Amino acid sequence: MKKMTFSKIYTSIIFLFLYIPIGVLIVNSFNASKSRTVWTGFTLDWYSKLFHNETIMTSLLNTLVVALIASVVATILGTAAAIGIYNMNSVARKFIMNITLIPNVNPEIVTGVSLMLLFVFLKMEFGFTTLILSHITFCVPYVILNVMPKLRQMNRNLCEAAMDLGCNQLQVFRKVIVPEIMPGILSGFLMSLTYSIDDFVISYFTYGASSQTLSITIFSMTRRKVSPEVNALSAIIFVVVLAILLIMNIVDIKKHEKEARR
Amino acid sequence: MNKQVKWAATPYLAWMAIFIIVPLALIAVFAFTTTVTVDADGTILSDEDILAIEEEFADEDGNLPEGILFEKTIFTWANILEVSNYMSTLLNSIWLALIATVICLILAYPVAYYISRLDFSRQKMMLMLVMLPMWMNFLLRTYAWMTLLEKNGLINQFLGLFGIGPLQMINTPGAVVLGMVYNYLPFMIMPLYSVMTKIDDRTIEAAQDLGAGAIRVVTKVVLPLSMPGIASGITMVFVPAVSTFIISRMLGGGTNMLIGDLIDLQFLGNAYNPNLGAAMSIVLMVFILLCMSITNSLDDEDTEGVLM
Amino acid sequence: MKRFIAFLLLTLLICSAAPAVFAAESGYDIDYSDSVDWNKFRGEDITLNVYNWGEYISVDDGEDGAFDTIAAFEKLTGIDVVYSTFSTNEELYAKLKMGGGSQYDIIIPSDYMVSRMINEGMLTKLNFDNIPNSGMIMDTLKNADYDPTGEYSVPYFWGIVGIIYNTTLVDAEDDVHSWDILWNEKYANNILMFQNSRDTVGIALKRLGYSFNTTNEEEIRHAAQTLVDQKPLVQAYVMDEIFDKMIGGEAALAPYYAGDAIVMMQDNPDLAFAVPTEGTNLFVDAMCIPADSKNKEAAELFINFMCETLVALKNAEYVGYATPHAEAFTYLDEEMQTSVTYPSDEIMEAAEAFIALPSSTTSLLDGLWTDILSTGAASPWMTPVFMGICIALTIGINAFKRQKKKRNSF
Repeated sequence: MKKMTFSKIYTSIIFLFLYIPIGVLIVNSFNASKSRTVWTGFTLDWYSKLFHNETIMTSLLNTLVVALIASVVATILGTAAAIGIYNMNSVARKFIMNITLIPNVNPEIVTGVSLMLLFVFLKMEFGFTTLILSHITFCVPYVILNVMPKLRQMNRNLCEAAMDLGCNQLQVFRKVIVPEIMPGILSGFLMSLTYSIDDFVISYFTYGASSQTLSITIFSMTRRKVSPEVNALSAIIFVVVLAILLIMNIVDIKKHEKEARR
Repeated sequence: MNKQVKWAATPYLAWMAIFIIVPLALIAVFAFTTTVTVDADGTILSDEDILAIEEEFADEDGNLPEGILFEKTIFTWANILEVSNYMSTLLNSIWLALIATVICLILAYPVAYYISRLDFSRQKMMLMLVMLPMWMNFLLRTYAWMTLLEKNGLINQFLGLFGIGPLQMINTPGAVVLGMVYNYLPFMIMPLYSVMTKIDDRTIEAAQDLGAGAIRVVTKVVLPLSMPGIASGITMVFVPAVSTFIISRMLGGGTNMLIGDLIDLQFLGNAYNPNLGAAMSIVLMVFILLCMSITNSLDDEDTEGVLM
Repeated sequence: MKRFIAFLLLTLLICSAAPAVFAAESGYDIDYSDSVDWNKFRGEDITLNVYNWGEYISVDDGEDGAFDTIAAFEKLTGIDVVYSTFSTNEELYAKLKMGGGSQYDIIIPSDYMVSRMINEGMLTKLNFDNIPNSGMIMDTLKNADYDPTGEYSVPYFWGIVGIIYNTTLVDAEDDVHSWDILWNEKYANNILMFQNSRDTVGIALKRLGYSFNTTNEEEIRHAAQTLVDQKPLVQAYVMDEIFDKMIGGEAALAPYYAGDAIVMMQDNPDLAFAVPTEGTNLFVDAMCIPADSKNKEAAELFINFMCETLVALKNAEYVGYATPHAEAFTYLDEEMQTSVTYPSDEIMEAAEAFIALPSSTTSLLDGLWTDILSTGAASPWMTPVFMGICIALTIGINAFKRQKKKRNSF
């Protein structure tokens, strides 16, 4: 029992370490002073100013649009790819999977630089297109990695049974395969969305003047001084994400309990 | 499933070729070429030759008539050899990233073990708490560390209450390591946790029943069984840490350069030289692939990488 | 009756003046000349991409009389502006080379970078019929060396470099009027330096008594070596980060631009500015249009807008740099006119401008800059040898494992 309290204290210290900087951000979002280290009084000004700050609002919108488009496309492309790759012989499958993993295994900076060189080589104009294309590129592997295991768990005879019962290819796909691998598709999509929203390095090399994402805007701010409006934004994001994760977790736990009871 | 289904992968294969293989090939092309000035016969000219020609042929405005000097791209090993000049930076990056990885492993291991022994609902909540910081923009989190570490920052203000300091914490290698540990710690906890939940409580109890002490339980049972998690945790921390350029810029003040900073410097920074930058990228890439093959050999089983 | 009329007239006068006063305070509406048709592009859905230095334009900071330049331009012309910032000339150059050429419509490089870009065909010639306000630029700044024909650029601001220092952290007996103080070991970890090659190497060259524009490789290498020696004393290499650090008292000494020094001194009264007697850099930053710009005419409208007397005045008051606009200068208050931004003749005489260097010198500088930041050169064979060791290690471990497995299987 004594051991347990020790690990509790240790874990709390680690969590403290993880949350101190976030605490600093949130506290500063209520700080009347623009200074980061001096507290001069409580204010909600930064929250109201946030919604009038065009730069931050535009880049937030850009981030969401890019993330949504990129992860939808990546999910479709990745799911189709996973089904196709799953049905290949093992040599081809291994080969393609190894290449697929390159963008994730490679340092981000190399992926970013290589995509930048590609767009320069193709004489493409940097902007939304280049940004979305590169986000899709690093999202697809996550989708494939999430869908693959679900395909492997699936009973191969199911498809044949469906065919025997008169389904055509498309029906088999829609009514048998997709429902079976849906959890994988969903988690792949969510993971893509997360990584796309959070990405800085690859966006840094592939963004254009008209397509600055939140990360890029914050980056140019960190060179001078991050405006307290950004702190307010991060506090809002923190609360929203916390709420979403809590709900998801509670649903998960309830489900688990139900299954356990059964 | 019908064999025809494998054509579903075709669009992705095309995508892969254009956005993964071609870009890497371009990096290789840049790394092994250089642009030189040649005359009409194709002989490569030195700087002195060019100056001489310019003096001879230029008009009053300093413009050269066309058809005298040409630019040509040639194959060269020079860029790759030049990277050797920056080996100390690469070694420094590796050294700092290694320290960060080891610290992450030491910090994360007990936490992951503790979480994995909790009941299901607590496990879920704890995991959520580990993941949550990653949802905040990482530039902002690193910036918050600047606020904490500065000479007039919060930590020094706090220490000042006890008459200590001010300590020089920011713009030191230690600050860079701290930034790495902070940003990548969850990447170590997650894979460790996911292998440890699979360790059956009964395995540990069996070891204890057979007379193993706490240390022997850890070294003979838990550690070997969590090897795959350790391997993928090390990769997930080491690779981003060794190639980061933001953490070192924000917390290292530009005096503690990492290889990532150097690469950025050649492409979008103050020393424009994409050929050298590409050569650095290749060296970094090859180096990381080698490191990964070493860590991969840590776990014997052919497990699929535990990617979150 | 007379009184009544006088009163009426006065009231009328006040009423007519009041909106003008209030408008001026709201920060958007000032009187513009009708030198051009500002509404030329209204309703055409044009987006103008402006790429400027950080902290280099008047924005609405919530203070009285604040002027939001970009918003005012958008309101006046109906053109959308996307504004982004860079922090060094070299960064701007790299960005343009890496596919940025067609992205930006207005860029503001410094003198030597302007001439490098002209030489490499990266800029387009301006049509001065669309920029009548450029006539108000001071004659002394027209047709400067960096743009001899004056066809490619319109000066935005000019200024000099000096040392900004914190009087509470620097001893009074130390001579701040010499670059030597940046090499003084007493201030180890308290010195900030420029995060760009030309300014930093320039300071080292001047300190040794060489020219900023030397092409002599030995002199440049000598200067670079002194920077390597200085590196242990340097807390950080910075550009825009300097504001936060100097205002917050994080460092004692830093070379920086006079205009920014004024802004910092306003926020922290402990700061002061000195210009070294060895000579310093005189620079002009000029507005240019990249060769691939798709909105050249709208960009020229923007340049003309920036040369409006009142806009230039507001901008100069906010940014703190020296304005090249003859008329705007006369409207500045005396305190500003006599500030460090507008240096004495003595300083101007010792000052030297950067000129574009031959490409071999530029690449030497770039290489040395990378060296300074990364310090320490190694044998050229280190990379191959190092990689060889790694490969051997991998093969070794794998071979060992296989052996072990084989033994275990018996």
